[in-house]
Amino acid sequence: MKKSIIGALAVSTMLSPVAAMAQTEIQFWHAFTGRLGELVAAQVEEFNASQDDYTVVQTHKGNYSETLNAGIAAFRAGEQPHILMVFEVGTATMMAAKGAVRPVHEVMGQSGATFDPDAYIGAVKGYYTSTEGDMLSLPFNSSTPVLWVNRDAMTAAGVDPDTDLSTWQNVGTTLDALKAGGEDCPLVTAWQSWIHLENMSAYHDVPFASKDNGFGGVDTELMLNGEAQVAHLSAMGQWAKDGKFIYTGRRNEGGANFRAGECALFTESSAGYAGIKAEAEFDFDVRPLPYWEGVGNAPQNTIIGGASLWVMEGHEAEEYKGAGTFLSYLSSSDVQAKWHQDTGYLPITAEAGQATRAAGFYDENPGTDVAVIQMTTNQPTANSKGLRLGSFDQIRGIIDEELEGIWSGDKTAQEAMDSAKERGDALLRRFEAANR
Amino acid sequence: MVEKRGTGLWLTHVVMIFGVLVIFFPIWLAFVASTVTQPEIVKPPMPLWPGDQFVENYTKALFSGVNVPVATMLFNSLVMAIGIAVGKIVISLLSAFAIVYFRFPFRTAFFWMIFLTLMLPVEVRIVPTYEVVAGFGMLNSYGGLIFPLIASATATFLFRQFFLTIPDELAEAARVDGARPMRFFWDIVVPMSRTNVAALFVILFIYGWNQYLWPLLITTDPEMNTIVMGIKQMFPSGDDVADWPVIMATSILAMIPPVIVVVSMQRLFIRGLVDSEK
Amino acid sequence: MEKRVTFRGWVLPLLLIAPQVLISAIFFFYPAGQAVYQSLFIPDPFGLSSQFVGLGNFEYLFGDRFYRASFVTTAVFSVLVTLCSMIPALFLAVMADRLIKGSGVYRTMLIWPYAVAPAIAGVLWLFMFNTRVGVVSWYLGNLGYDWNHVLNGGEAMGLVVVASAWGRISYNFLFFFAALQAVPRSVIEAAAIDGARFWKRFWTIVLPLLSPTTFFLLVVNVVYSFFETFGVIHTITSGGPQQSTTILVYKVFADGFVGQDLGASSAQSVILLFVVGLLTIIQFKFVEKRVHY
Repeated sequence: MKKSIIGALAVSTMLSPVAAMAQTEIQFWHAFTGRLGELVAAQVEEFNASQDDYTVVQTHKGNYSETLNAGIAAFRAGEQPHILMVFEVGTATMMAAKGAVRPVHEVMGQSGATFDPDAYIGAVKGYYTSTEGDMLSLPFNSSTPVLWVNRDAMTAAGVDPDTDLSTWQNVGTTLDALKAGGEDCPLVTAWQSWIHLENMSAYHDVPFASKDNGFGGVDTELMLNGEAQVAHLSAMGQWAKDGKFIYTGRRNEGGANFRAGECALFTESSAGYAGIKAEAEFDFDVRPLPYWEGVGNAPQNTIIGGASLWVMEGHEAEEYKGAGTFLSYLSSSDVQAKWHQDTGYLPITAEAGQATRAAGFYDENPGTDVAVIQMTTNQPTANSKGLRLGSFDQIRGIIDEELEGIWSGDKTAQEAMDSAKERGDALLRRFEAANR
Repeated sequence: MVEKRGTGLWLTHVVMIFGVLVIFFPIWLAFVASTVTQPEIVKPPMPLWPGDQFVENYTKALFSGVNVPVATMLFNSLVMAIGIAVGKIVISLLSAFAIVYFRFPFRTAFFWMIFLTLMLPVEVRIVPTYEVVAGFGMLNSYGGLIFPLIASATATFLFRQFFLTIPDELAEAARVDGARPMRFFWDIVVPMSRTNVAALFVILFIYGWNQYLWPLLITTDPEMNTIVMGIKQMFPSGDDVADWPVIMATSILAMIPPVIVVVSMQRLFIRGLVDSEK
Repeated sequence: MEKRVTFRGWVLPLLLIAPQVLISAIFFFYPAGQAVYQSLFIPDPFGLSSQFVGLGNFEYLFGDRFYRASFVTTAVFSVLVTLCSMIPALFLAVMADRLIKGSGVYRTMLIWPYAVAPAIAGVLWLFMFNTRVGVVSWYLGNLGYDWNHVLNGGEAMGLVVVASAWGRISYNFLFFFAALQAVPRSVIEAAAIDGARFWKRFWTIVLPLLSPTTFFLLVVNVVYSFFETFGVIHTITSGGPQQSTTILVYKVFADGFVGQDLGASSAQSVILLFVVGLLTIIQFKFVEKRVHY
């Protein structure tokens, strides 16, 4: 008891040289604020209190891209943190930086903590795993797109809120009915490229890019102008033209419309749960993301979005031990189950999912397991493991621009995707040149 | 000016009121948003008249800052803003004086060199600048926050414009009296510039106060966070929802110090330009 | 514009100018030089490896029709922001100047937007104009106008221009108002006796007297619209829809800071330096000559 009080004092003053001597400090930079930021801070505090050897210092470094840039700038100046949070589109950038990052499987393996790579859910860790099967970064917050339904809006438009919406064919019919019933925002989406191209491709088991979506090498080319994708976008484009699909922006602007009760259907990340639950004054449902019946191998599995934790090079052995210990702590079932339940993000280990089910969480919060099921029913294929494309943040920007061309009726889906491929490939070639 | 009676006056007032309403509207909306509840904001249309949550939202904004208390962030912003304003005014007074009142080797080259720094904001050359600052060991320090942002020519440019308008007779008289240049600088130029300095202080204070990306990048110690960072940190990344009332309340709080600076300096500011630009 | 009367000596002026030159060299020219150097490479973001490509980055950029188009976008945007921030400011300043009493309240309220950080201003305007749910777009929708800046390039441009110009109106207002107060009353009254109408007087007598202020504001506002607005654009449109609001500096920022393509980003900085250098020369050679001191 006495010891822990002294420890707490030492930590709280921070300036105490005794504390600096006794405990190894681990810097952890992340992109979370608000409620999520508080949850991260609580995890870190709990870890610090649980042992005496290491102190993790968590710092918020802005949004995802600001955090990544802070990490890069710091590395160039030799001031990098031990652990850096990087969003999923930055994965290829980090992977290619061989001298800047230390693979997580190595760090955790050497930390002395238990590390069982098989404990992690395949579809979640797959995104961050090398072709040899080694885990390179620790998935931290992962989510996958699902379909949100405003039941009240359905009823108001004279549509049965329990209508089967598992396929886009059915969704199409429902959109007609909603429109006819006077709903002026039948469908809205967030993160259009992630949901309607990246996930769409994985879900139907068609390639998004060559070389196994870039997992097989940096000499990859986009294949997003394939038949399946173009057909989906053509349908969406027609819906946009008919006023059945309302475009509200590249990010999650659509969330504001849906939460305000202005729209009937909403394709958005499963992580939108907390926000929708907090703000929606209507009955809502979570449904699996729809697929096109008869196209590809649908439903295969959807892929994740979110961020993972990378360990950076250039630190002392003792510090890596601390980083490994912290990451093992984050992977533990209790921490994961709590995180999953508090945030709506996917659990990263199967055990955490089972614990959540056993605790009766899914029964009390119906729909929160939809994403887990959607991700884990099938073993991921080369097309549904994830994406590993350099400059992917910019490529998404290009895709967004081209999609806007479809929604506004300026381009056909085929023209837009051909152009996206051409422009995106140019960036991939630059990335290849930078990382040869 | 001259017309100040009758319908013209009323018309002027009407036009003014209309203009102020349009320009002030976003601020008003932010204020309204800071006095109502979250559901009232997210369910369109949001109210246009303040609600009754003023005390609650502002208390929350003041006492539940991200990482560090709002007071610390306000203090850091203040140090940074004042540091930038004072630093820039001092070096600009000196260099503008040199450029206007002397002929020396490479004068034109120096002038263009300084003037070029009006261009390319720090964000565009941010990675190399970061490396320089890190090289000097100035991460997480006020020096690191301030110096790179002083490297800009706005103030030099304004002082140059002003010095050009100082009547030549004054310098002539000083030279005839055998006054040394620095004496002329202290006795004539600086006092005459006093009010211009006030004007620049306002501009630079607000420039410093409003910085975001640079402080975010070079501070890792929460104790060094600034208020604009603090506000941006309240916006969630990804799919979480923003707590609008508290964000708006903090934004309003963050506007108050610069507004106080502008309003209190306004008289000097106006005289500054009155003196300079006849 | 040069002084006729100057002091002798060159050690003192060099000492006086040294602090600024030193700071500019360390924190501006050295980093900018790095940019020039990097523009010849395709480096990886961490500085671990890089490939020399000569002028390859420039070829890549000028081969991109979107990049060429963004010169036009930038010109349109800068002109609009400059006009939208200077004309209303001048107009309001003239109005405020006509009021002997009561302009204090107006002035105080007009100052507030200046106190809003650009990072926050973007959020505020997006908050008002969010498709369908923002308060302004909501009322526009009720009036039968479907505001949709995410698909309509014109509306997107309008929105980023207004959001960028907004805070500058306050800034310009302060300057114009101060300058107007400095116009000697006697000049105006003499003109009034001549029977000149207010606006005629304004054009022929007052405006020329404001020319130093106008010139200063012109330079500062063009620089502002070029360089300091990308944060607003990033928040509101991310350069879209379909790159209709992608200005040059936004692209430097997006390629370098968001895309980690330091080679292309540096090459763009170099191109920008040229463009701006050119603009500066034009401003000084042609505009300043017409300014009365």
